[in-house]
Amino acid sequence: MPGQDQGQDHLTVTVMRGGSDAPQRPEAFQVPAYDNQTVLDVVSWIQQNTDPTLTYRFACRVGMCGSCAMMVNGVPRWTCRTHVNKVLRDGALEVGPLRNLPVIKDLAADMDPFFDKWVAAEGRHHPTRSRDDDIAPIDPAGDDRQAASAGIECINCSICYSACDTVAGNPDYLGPAALQRAWTLFNDAKDDSRDAILDAVSGKGGCHSCHSMGSCTTYCPNDLDPLSAIAGLKRATVKRAFGGRK
Amino acid sequence: MRVSRAHPLWLAYVLHRLSGLGLALFLPLHFWVLSYALNDAARLDAFLTLTDMPVVKAAEFGLVFLLAVHFFGGLRLLALEWLPWSAPQKTWAAAAVAGSFLVSTTFLLQAI
Repeated sequence: MPGQDQGQDHLTVTVMRGGSDAPQRPEAFQVPAYDNQTVLDVVSWIQQNTDPTLTYRFACRVGMCGSCAMMVNGVPRWTCRTHVNKVLRDGALEVGPLRNLPVIKDLAADMDPFFDKWVAAEGRHHPTRSRDDDIAPIDPAGDDRQAASAGIECINCSICYSACDTVAGNPDYLGPAALQRAWTLFNDAKDDSRDAILDAVSGKGGCHSCHSMGSCTTYCPNDLDPLSAIAGLKRATVKRAFGGRK
Repeated sequence: MRVSRAHPLWLAYVLHRLSGLGLALFLPLHFWVLSYALNDAARLDAFLTLTDMPVVKAAEFGLVFLLAVHFFGGLRLLALEWLPWSAPQKTWAAAAVAGSFLVSTTFLLQAI
């Protein structure tokens, strides 16, 4: 079986250790190999059996909460839904904290910049009605609703943010997840601040900083398409600049 | 950790950037040679004899390749960002452009 040491049922797993108070360094562990195990299983085995000081983050283990994302052999992945056998490279596994974010310790990245940019992109609901009003009818098949629905399964895992080379090179860039959220709200008939959204995403570090490399769409674990959402924002901001309204 | 990112969209991005850089480096040389057409025709003719050399012919092929890659890469980017089409629609449009380009280039090559 690939990934196992010859004659032994073990994997060699290299984990990046360290963080804000210690320089990052790789540390190798021998972990029992099974036919079916996820990267999160492997990390948990190390923490439970070899080194209880290993720090990482997870919650639901079923791909819903978005908290267990890590770099796995150079690619950001949701580790609870990533089978080890599908991502081994030359029989080895290398696990590190998410790229483009500060490291708190070991495999736990500081998500604050990610969520701060979510807010900076006006990624919050701006209501059109109060609780005293009737609920507005929405046509689920309408073009706007379809565009909005395309992005609502985002689990805030930050994999797209970690995969993006524009984020790596431009600290001001809002990033794919925040911009996709802005596009979702822009198309939501129940959102009342389209101009505020376009203001937020058309400035420095906004949608026009995107170079369309497409790593966000390629690596999104939920098969979402932030690349197209950002393109939608580019069109909407330019249309508004020429006096067009949605 | 070495970042792994060699997916088709990223490679297309890199190809577009590198071909643009190559063309940007070529253009000053191109205009410098063209300036001889105005100032020193004999020197221009002498320079143009270099184009008989196989290595220069290979370089010309490279130049046309860079131009073609950058041109179609630019069209790809324009379609990607400015046309609110679905992915299959864009695939069919790209196939149609490639097919028509193939037919028209074949026609042109037979005509000359």
